[in-house]
Amino acid sequence: METFSQMLQLLFSGLTIGAIYALIAVGFVIIYNVTGILNFAQGEFAMFGALISISLVKANLPLWLAIILSIAIVAGIGGIFERTAIHTARKSSMTTLIIITIGVSIAFRGIAILIWGTQAQTLPPFMDNTPIQFLDAVLLPQNLWAIGLSIIILIVMMYFFNYTFTGKSLTACVVNPFAARLMGINPNKMSLLAVVVSAAVGALAGTVIAPISGASYDMGMMLGIKAFVAAVVGGLTNAPAAIAGAFLIGIIEAFTEGLWSSGLKDVVSFSLLLLILFVKPEGLFAKASGKRV
Amino acid sequence: MTKKNLKLIYNNSLVGPCIFFALLFCIPLVGSTYTLAIFTMIGFYALVCIGLTMLTGYAGQISLGHAAFYGIGAYTSAYMTGTHGLSPWLAIIVGALISALVALLIGIPTFKLKGYYLALATLGFGIIVYTAFKELTQITGGSNGFFGIPSISLFGFEFVTDRSYFYLIWVFVFVALFIARNIIHSRIGRGLRSIEGSEIAADAVGVNLMKYKLQIFITSAIFTSISGSLLAHYVSFINPDLFTANTSIYLLIMVIIGGLSNIWGAIIGSATYVLLGELLKHYVPLILPNVGGEFEIVFFGLLLVLTLIYMPNGLVPQFEKVFSKFKKKGNATHMALTINTQATGGKTND
Repeated sequence: METFSQMLQLLFSGLTIGAIYALIAVGFVIIYNVTGILNFAQGEFAMFGALISISLVKANLPLWLAIILSIAIVAGIGGIFERTAIHTARKSSMTTLIIITIGVSIAFRGIAILIWGTQAQTLPPFMDNTPIQFLDAVLLPQNLWAIGLSIIILIVMMYFFNYTFTGKSLTACVVNPFAARLMGINPNKMSLLAVVVSAAVGALAGTVIAPISGASYDMGMMLGIKAFVAAVVGGLTNAPAAIAGAFLIGIIEAFTEGLWSSGLKDVVSFSLLLLILFVKPEGLFAKASGKRV
Repeated sequence: MTKKNLKLIYNNSLVGPCIFFALLFCIPLVGSTYTLAIFTMIGFYALVCIGLTMLTGYAGQISLGHAAFYGIGAYTSAYMTGTHGLSPWLAIIVGALISALVALLIGIPTFKLKGYYLALATLGFGIIVYTAFKELTQITGGSNGFFGIPSISLFGFEFVTDRSYFYLIWVFVFVALFIARNIIHSRIGRGLRSIEGSEIAADAVGVNLMKYKLQIFITSAIFTSISGSLLAHYVSFINPDLFTANTSIYLLIMVIIGGLSNIWGAIIGSATYVLLGELLKHYVPLILPNVGGEFEIVFFGLLLVLTLIYMPNGLVPQFEKVFSKFKKKGNATHMALTINTQATGGKTND
């Protein structure tokens, strides 16, 4: 059962990284659908989440408090980002707004270098990290944390969007911004809320992955781009589809890395992105709606 | 519109560009080797930015993968001349053809879609090409880089000195600028401008969106590839790290800082980028001794955001003001700079 245990092992690491991508991808989808902006600074929220929580732990705060605080701080950063960069330029063309997010992501990365330097750092695992034996495969509890937390957050978000007033207002902005405005929903406020929520979720993703693969100033770029790929592969207009896409990308990457070559991991997922753009641009799992596609 | 009427709108005079290039070509006579190297680098970037300005400013498309075309040009030249000893000029043409073909292949499916899918497709493509440069060690030399690219020669004259490369690249920039201006002043240019203003309106008046976008994307890929080829011969050593996603982003920054509303923005932007980069390298260590080259990233990131928020048309309009004052004083210098925003009423906002 050598190969079976290897497969299981790869599947698990795929699910772990997929869970991280899913959290960041959901952030993308929310911002994209509420504001129409492809937010290239999304991965940087994860980077900030990870690095801030590491600093707080070093300042002798208990881990859980450090994580909650860092999520709150990153949500704040998200809010400032929306007010200063997006809101001020909201009357510009979409091209301009997207390039602004690229600029912000570079600036964020630079700020991280100034604060934390270029050295990679690690966060202690959430719990005692002794490996668990499961059907011939060895699992680390932190990986289970990653998968479990992501699923919980995704369910919470589902609930938020479908059953709370604020969440429904956001959904309304997604479906039809003009009608939402007529119903008295303030799109400016919703844009702020969307960025804050996705910044918080991104920060959580960062703190979850920090004990597994470490944290450094440039982690956000790849995470962000991969989450992007995941969102497009699954479907940019629809959160559950993007989540499915994220797990798919995570698993494909883990298997490419394990069975083929780690250098080709990126090539495989980006080739998938190009392939999807060419043959099924609305995404694998989204219903074709014609909206924004 | 008849030809005569068009002449009233577009300034097709060559006086301005000629004066500019005449002045520029005097630099080697007075400048040091350091100045020459800087201006040569500006030339390489300017050639790329001319294409990119047309793509972003006139067709409203964002490319995050132009470093890939830059790299394709550079590696094609390196491989064909360095490994196989073929003519550098042939290599430049082959590199340009490969880039054009790749641009066509990416362009066709992405331009069918509305929105910003080119940004995503080029981003993915750029990373694939970067990985290819790193992994195809047999051809590219992998992460160690490609050494010993021969210099370029023309009719027996060999380009070896900084001065000769300075002239070589700026002649290319001059030609590219001329081509770009002709494209912009043609039916295609007006079509593209209308796409940037409103795709739906452009489509309604019969602009072939797909064809125009594709043409401009391919043109910019060719310019970029040629610049990459020349760069390979100039520096004689290339490695994959010259062509990362960051390079693509820096190219975009140059274009934005210069300004999208006018083709001269490409030159202004690349000059600003290179000169500011040099200034930072000199003065930042004096003020903040602990920070290394990373400061550049923060600086250019913030500069990009601030430019877009407070000066969305870049530096070009500032230069236009200066030159129009120049004109009012009775000076007959027709800088091509002034034409475009007047002709089109500047950039339109959605």
